[in-house]
Amino acid sequence: MTAETTTPSSVAEGPIPGKAPGKSRSLWQEAMLRLVRNRAALTGGIIIILLMLTALFADLIAPYSFEKQSLLNANAVPDWVTRVFPALKAYAVINNDYLIGVDKLGRDLFSRIVYGTRVSLAVAFIGPLISLIIGVLYGSISGFFGGRVDNLMMRVVDVLYAFPGLLFIILLMAFFRTTLAQPEEGTFAYYLGQLDKQFGGLLFIMIGIGLTGWETQARLTRGQVLSVREKDYIEAARAIGASNSRIMFQHILPNILGPLIVLETLSIPGYIYTEAFLSFIGLGVNPPTPSWGSMIADGSRALRAYPNQALFPAFALALTMFAFNFLGDGLRDALEPRLRGTQEK
Amino acid sequence: MINYILRRLLYMLVVLFVVAGITFILMHSVPGGPFDKEKKLPPEIQANKEKYYHLDDPLPVQFFSYLFRVAIPRITNTPPTLQTDDDYLISVKVGKSWFRWMNFGPSYASRNRTVNDIFREQLPVSFQLGVIALGIAIAIGMPLGILSALNHNRWPDYVSMGVAIFGVSVPTIVLGPLLVWFFGVLLQWLPPTGWGAKPPFVLGLFPDSLGWEYFKYAVLPAFVLGFGSSAVIARLTRASMLQVIREDYIRTARAKGLHERLVVMRHAFRNALIPVVTILGPLFAALVTGTFVTELVFGIPGLGKYFVTSISNRDYPVIMGTILLYAVFLVVSNLLVDILYAVLDPRIRYN
Repeated sequence: MTAETTTPSSVAEGPIPGKAPGKSRSLWQEAMLRLVRNRAALTGGIIIILLMLTALFADLIAPYSFEKQSLLNANAVPDWVTRVFPALKAYAVINNDYLIGVDKLGRDLFSRIVYGTRVSLAVAFIGPLISLIIGVLYGSISGFFGGRVDNLMMRVVDVLYAFPGLLFIILLMAFFRTTLAQPEEGTFAYYLGQLDKQFGGLLFIMIGIGLTGWETQARLTRGQVLSVREKDYIEAARAIGASNSRIMFQHILPNILGPLIVLETLSIPGYIYTEAFLSFIGLGVNPPTPSWGSMIADGSRALRAYPNQALFPAFALALTMFAFNFLGDGLRDALEPRLRGTQEK
Repeated sequence: MINYILRRLLYMLVVLFVVAGITFILMHSVPGGPFDKEKKLPPEIQANKEKYYHLDDPLPVQFFSYLFRVAIPRITNTPPTLQTDDDYLISVKVGKSWFRWMNFGPSYASRNRTVNDIFREQLPVSFQLGVIALGIAIAIGMPLGILSALNHNRWPDYVSMGVAIFGVSVPTIVLGPLLVWFFGVLLQWLPPTGWGAKPPFVLGLFPDSLGWEYFKYAVLPAFVLGFGSSAVIARLTRASMLQVIREDYIRTARAKGLHERLVVMRHAFRNALIPVVTILGPLFAALVTGTFVTELVFGIPGLGKYFVTSISNRDYPVIMGTILLYAVFLVVSNLLVDILYAVLDPRIRYN
């Protein structure tokens, strides 16, 4: 079971998506150039940067607090909204102090959307990071050692694949929320629970997403490692006596990074959606932390009377997912070697 | 081939066993039980209830007796009763004795319903929705993918991929309420909630009539559900077509003067279909069982709500039943996909 027993039979096993030929650093710059030249990807990137700035300076941008209620103005709408939805004229409270309206608890919708950026972006960046770390570690160990280790590790992934992802997350959330709710002070669980409270319930969501999202990444990494492992430059590195970890991190990993990044970027919208969905069914962030998912859920209950309460957070969520999809697509076109030849006309 | 299928079926059983084990451990490690209420029950009553459902047995005993009831068929001479712990999904009278199989147990949340009742009444609704949605996903996704591959880097490509990106970017919880509001509330063309078929279902799964009365309920939710998946299919079809279309045999087919439609459909598309078929297996399983957001938004009486409420209610048999159901759907559809492979690609032989 040493690293040297590289049996060709294990290479033939399982699908090997997107073979990555070795690339040098200058090709990365070339990819960057291709990415910037892609207008859709560039737009996506700019939107993401704007969203990041919004999340960072939410305190300055939001005109109101996200939790402070003004019950007199509950369900109030500004004038222009009644012009878009004339039916509202009959019953809505008009208040032009608010940009897009107020929810049923008297909280400014715009401010809540602005603060909601924080939740979505945190999930968009930290969730993938967790699943990337787990998936790449797992997949590269499996692919690197091959043979029986590989077989066993991949069977585990197969079984996890048979789990319904969302149900698994819900089960995990129930587990986290109840086990870590009232632990004794000083234990690890206690600090984890406190940390989660600081994040408004977001920490467990990110852990849950990370724990359920890594299997695809592990499979891809394994396939990539298997295809690169047999290359001559790995043989050369081994010949000069490089250690396993050195070969793994210095020689293999940089060469397979492209497809991994592409996969992770393309799965970000899925992560954002998972959080929004969990909040939508009431298992997400703790109120009053604003999440677009819970805002859409609240808004769609009043869809007939106040369509603006669901439409604006829905628009924000869709825009963010658009941006990440555009960027991910652009990254794939720039980095995926298989489609490279098709890009140049 | 037969050998291969048998081996896969055996492997399936192992996967299902492990899935059942993990679910069992995970759900029992969540504190609280099915009869813990805000207002505490008197301890004697709680103990009695737990004894009635055999929750006082050691956990391994509970686990294996559950598996035994679900997996091992039994032949008895006593006719079935209406007891909730005596409800078998398959119950056939053979001569004097009864052949009975798959008892998924009672639902703790209800006094007279069993998990099998949920499978009989709610699962078919989710199944129908999933099948229609898959049909819509394929009907939108594959033509879009072919269109954009044939017009690579020209405007039909951009438009198709724009539609695809729209599909993945606008999630159910956004598109659902929007369409309900537009078609259900504003225009009142389609009913905003409900489902057009009621149990009993034909063959346990299908609706008894397929008219407009049925489809007018299915149009919106199936579109919302299928549209997101059509994007996945479109992108995959495009990528796969782009690869195939540059192969030598396509050039050969064109060179010998074959009609372009034949080149595309018979030579390119058939070969490009293989990666697309891979995704259909998991997609189908996800569509059939993972429809709960759509069901929530459109008020469809499907399996969806049991997914979520069973976990918060600690309704152990329902949790086990729904997760196992999903796992069965997934492994079976993956097996079907692998068999389809051999049909589509004669080079693939399972020995």
